[in-house]
Amino acid sequence: MPTKIEKDAVSGTLTTGHEWDGIKELNTPLPKWWLYVFYATIAFAAVWVVLYPALPIQGATGLTGWTARGAIEQEMAEHAERLEPRLAAIRDAAPQEILADPELRNFALAGGRVAFANNCAACHGAGGQGAQGGFPSLADDDWLWGGKLADIRQTIAHGIRNAEDEAARTTMMPRFLADGLLSAAQVNEVAEHVLSLSGRATDAAAARRGAAVFAENCSSCHGNDGRGSRELGAPDLADQIWLYGGDKAAVVQSVSYARAGVMPAWGGRLDPAVVNMLTVYVHSLGGGEPE
Amino acid sequence: MPEGGHAASLAAQTGAWRQDSYVDGPIRAMAVATLFWGVVGFLMGVLIASQLAFPLLNLDLEWTTFGRLRPVHTSAVIFAFGGNALIGTSLYVVQRTCRARLFGGEEMGWFLFAGYNFFIVMAALGYVLGVTQGKEYAEPEWYVDLWLTVVWVAYLVAFGGTILRREEPHIYVANWFYLAFIVTIAMLHIGNNLALPLPGHAKSYGLASGVQDAMIQWWYGHNAVGFFLTAGFLGMMYYFIPKQAERPVYSYRLSIIHFWSLIFLYIWAGPHHLHYTALPDWAQTLGMVFSVMLWMPSWGGMINGLMTLSGAWDKLRTDPGLRFSVTAVGFYGMSTFEGPVMSVKAVNSLSHYTDWTIGHVHSGAMGWVGFITFGAMYWLVPRLWGRTELYSNKLAAWHFWVATLGIVLYITAMWVSGIMQGLMWRSYDELGFLQYSFVETVAAMHPYYVIRMLGGVLYLSGALLMVYNLWRTVTARAEEAPLAPPLPAAAAVPAE
Repeated sequence: MPTKIEKDAVSGTLTTGHEWDGIKELNTPLPKWWLYVFYATIAFAAVWVVLYPALPIQGATGLTGWTARGAIEQEMAEHAERLEPRLAAIRDAAPQEILADPELRNFALAGGRVAFANNCAACHGAGGQGAQGGFPSLADDDWLWGGKLADIRQTIAHGIRNAEDEAARTTMMPRFLADGLLSAAQVNEVAEHVLSLSGRATDAAAARRGAAVFAENCSSCHGNDGRGSRELGAPDLADQIWLYGGDKAAVVQSVSYARAGVMPAWGGRLDPAVVNMLTVYVHSLGGGEPE
Repeated sequence: MPEGGHAASLAAQTGAWRQDSYVDGPIRAMAVATLFWGVVGFLMGVLIASQLAFPLLNLDLEWTTFGRLRPVHTSAVIFAFGGNALIGTSLYVVQRTCRARLFGGEEMGWFLFAGYNFFIVMAALGYVLGVTQGKEYAEPEWYVDLWLTVVWVAYLVAFGGTILRREEPHIYVANWFYLAFIVTIAMLHIGNNLALPLPGHAKSYGLASGVQDAMIQWWYGHNAVGFFLTAGFLGMMYYFIPKQAERPVYSYRLSIIHFWSLIFLYIWAGPHHLHYTALPDWAQTLGMVFSVMLWMPSWGGMINGLMTLSGAWDKLRTDPGLRFSVTAVGFYGMSTFEGPVMSVKAVNSLSHYTDWTIGHVHSGAMGWVGFITFGAMYWLVPRLWGRTELYSNKLAAWHFWVATLGIVLYITAMWVSGIMQGLMWRSYDELGFLQYSFVETVAAMHPYYVIRMLGGVLYLSGALLMVYNLWRTVTARAEEAPLAPPLPAAAAVPAE
């Protein structure tokens, strides 16, 4: 096809003389500002690769000497330098001492709040309110393993029924039905008895029979009155607080197959100072008990 | 306009008999597929946006969780909607601007349509059933990858063969961009999917591992944006905007310079997706400076698109299709400025991993890719089916405003939530502890997730208006054709 250069009537610019399916092109020069900004970005790039690492050679840096690893290490070091004096004090102090010192206490509560939100809230809730299904509330006075500072610290540092820490709390409830320790009828009776402890038995006769079963099988851990034992982590069965639900089906399930809630040991994961801060923070949530 | 008349007379000489000899049947099918997958993709987007705002909507079923539906959304909009639009328009454009019948003829066209859409269905089925490579935008497993390779090579043969048999002395700029898209996507697809299949299983293990694997993935991922979503759609722009505006392309010289600079620079910019990771510093630095240098090459396309309208700006009032195309170029300019800014490491340290990135991608995807495709469809569909005009310009105008409002809601919500998220992550209290836990930042996103969802609903509604409008355009023929007024001479489209 012959080329035919024309003058565009609107812009006064010449065309290139080519045409495709009716489309023509003007031969407009490059916009100056466009070209100069393009050059500027190239100049910027040229300068930048001299200032910052741009060569695939081990250890080669730019003129600034900046490296990503160096920058983060410096930032972490500055951060640590700022926090370390107080963290060291908290690491070395017993939780009671932290509680007694207003400045340390304030610091521990602030740090404990963040550590709790990032590590504990997933199970225990943002405010430590707990959740159905085995995640106890940390904000009430119904403690499984004790609400004194030392108890809380022990639980946080070593956890419960985990395989990673020898000092973890390990007591287990037997699976009374599954392991043939009780018949289904006996489980039913003892469940009625347990419900009667909080005044909710549906079958008074069965509950009375269940009292004997309870005395023989359950009271060694949960106590004759069912008020539980913090030594053994045996929950209070006479209050209205239930980890796994308090209706009859849930109680029957617990007696038959037991529950074995697990909590990780945080001592190996977190700085001892953070464990101490968490201890003070959890103690402050509402249920902390004096020593 | 003298050149308009010239074009029309040329068309009268050469176009009439050629019109019948072009392969258009498969292109009609691809246009329908574009609309279908567009609606599917936008609907999936609304669904997963709703899941982020209201997690209950994951339904607790493995097949309907966000993790499985998210790649269905991204693949449906990028590869199904975008891919059918690109393949369809490229075959339309290459035949007409080369004055040559499609290489491989009708059979080739139908193979590409069926083969490509089979790839999409296989990929989507895999995602829902949990079959995935876990590579973003390259989720399909090896058997789907192999099939796509076959289809893509056929596409390259069809497109390249048509160019080789052209009757025009020169290759039109739209075809440069389409060809760059086809060749580079082939290279990226093969490079990023090199893997050893587990015998007898829909599972494979990539050849690279660790940071090398990450680098290859983002070499692929960034250039999927650069060559699929940018170069390909620039090809679309270079044909449909001059056609809609009936004006010559603004600057041939600019098209050459911005084409080659774009092609050369884009391929190095991938490392900016891996700032502050295990990727060596030197690669991060290069990823950043190449991204900064990409700014003007990208804007060259915007300038050529916008300035082509000089002398025809009045058409924006009467042609809603052109309004889409021009707004698309505007969004292209905005997101190709935002991209280099976000690639700067200091900015990236705030924006990375936040919703800002999601907003950036969507201003490109909804604003640029979506709108340039809508503009092309409003122009192309009537012509593919031999109609003289759209069923309703008014409905198309409604589509434009509803979709634009949807994009604005989407992007602004993501800007605010992204920047807020980044600031919350890095804020410390006066004692030196983090101010917010992660879950608090998630809770703070909620209102913006709801706004984003509403933006998506608007965008989807607009697309449904378009589908209805084009459906009526195609089917209205029977009763209206005899009464259709003849087109005024200036609007006569060459080769039609």
